[in-house]
Amino acid sequence: MVAGASLAGTQAAQVIRRDGYDGRLVLVGDERHYPYDRPPLSKSYLTDEVVDEDRLRLRATADPEALGIEWRLGRSAASVDLGRSILVLDDGEELSWDGLVIATGAGPRRLPNQADAPAGVLELRTLDDARRLRAGLEAGPERVAVCGAGFIGAEVAASARERGLEVTLIDAAPAPLDRVLDTAAGMAVADLHRSHGVDVRLGVGVTGFERRGGDGPVRAVTLGDGSTVAADLVVVGIGVAPNTGWLDGSGLTIDDGVVADETTLAAPGVVVAGDVARWPNPRFEGRTMRVEQWDNAVEMGTHAGRRLLAELAGEAGLPFQPVPWFWSDQYDRKIQLAGVVTERHEMVQGSMAEGRFVQIYGDDEGRLRGALCWNRPRQAIQARLLVAEGESIDAARERLG
Amino acid sequence: MKVVVDFDLCESNAVCMSIAPEVFEVRDDDFLYILNENPGPELHEKVREAVERCPKQAISLEE
Repeated sequence: MVAGASLAGTQAAQVIRRDGYDGRLVLVGDERHYPYDRPPLSKSYLTDEVVDEDRLRLRATADPEALGIEWRLGRSAASVDLGRSILVLDDGEELSWDGLVIATGAGPRRLPNQADAPAGVLELRTLDDARRLRAGLEAGPERVAVCGAGFIGAEVAASARERGLEVTLIDAAPAPLDRVLDTAAGMAVADLHRSHGVDVRLGVGVTGFERRGGDGPVRAVTLGDGSTVAADLVVVGIGVAPNTGWLDGSGLTIDDGVVADETTLAAPGVVVAGDVARWPNPRFEGRTMRVEQWDNAVEMGTHAGRRLLAELAGEAGLPFQPVPWFWSDQYDRKIQLAGVVTERHEMVQGSMAEGRFVQIYGDDEGRLRGALCWNRPRQAIQARLLVAEGESIDAARERLG
Repeated sequence: MKVVVDFDLCESNAVCMSIAPEVFEVRDDDFLYILNENPGPELHEKVREAVERCPKQAISLEE
């Protein structure tokens, strides 16, 4: 039984089937679409002249019959009874399971007053969101405001700019991508956007929206410093929160995600994967992580699927100890981060001014813990391997410089 | 098993290289090169993983 039909859940289902499980396999997804790939939604889906939604489909389930999955699409998991091993769906259907994969992902965080926001205020997580946003961009707004300069916000700003629209990018943090990068690297992202003509406003939050007329569509965003930013299309991208509400009272440990052990097991017969999962990563001294990244969804979905089969066979599980890695495409820049960011950073190749560099991050013991690369894809992946091998900063400087 | 890469889709993220360096190499020019189009059975599992973890779904296999 798999709750969640996006990347992690689909990957787990695929692995469970491929590794020999031939029983009933049910995949529950709250969207009515077959599983699709989300990264293009903030990039090519918004910028390409013509979009082909079939190309978004995840390949594993491109043929929905292929894996012998029973689909429950447009339906969501409402609760789970661990004692009786039953998953209850929103329409009351009860599904009993021998093993359960929880991969319900994450949903957009919203501004306090967003529920009452005027027309023209959008968000971006799903394909349906992307359709609305693309339509909004195609309508030729005079000015787009993007609230939140995380990955989604920064990529949407870049895509809107590539369409030739006037764009303001707003974030309460001192620099874009502040939750992920060090401030200097974040400021390089701000510079990148400014050099492409985006009006970047940092250190000031969004407080509300102004309407055209009494109850018309949006015409401006109001900011914490009392100023306003004119906008007839607004995109709110202020991060996501794990979809765990349906598990309240289930007995599972919830702490900004469903908490699992180092093997991805959250309870007997229950594994977790993807954006919803929090687990202690042995590679980083057991620091608990919840990773909202594409590659982690695939890798963790694979691991969790295997972990569940081991559990059902009465075997012990292996620890899940990846080095996280992600990429973000903005304009002609490919930004990649392998591992984690620390205070101890050092530029070993190129420079932020060139827009092509490798910056490495170390710990107090002199070990490599991460690397940020701009337009240096090979080095990003090499760094990922070096972090996995526990290499020293000195060795990394040699190999990546 | 034959490895096929759609170079229109490939963005040289180099994930494949980290999984199966015997088959995939992203060089200093940032382009992906296939070192071995017909990898032997000992590499099949790695290559399958590379296919699944390509962020652009640009790699496919002809079995």
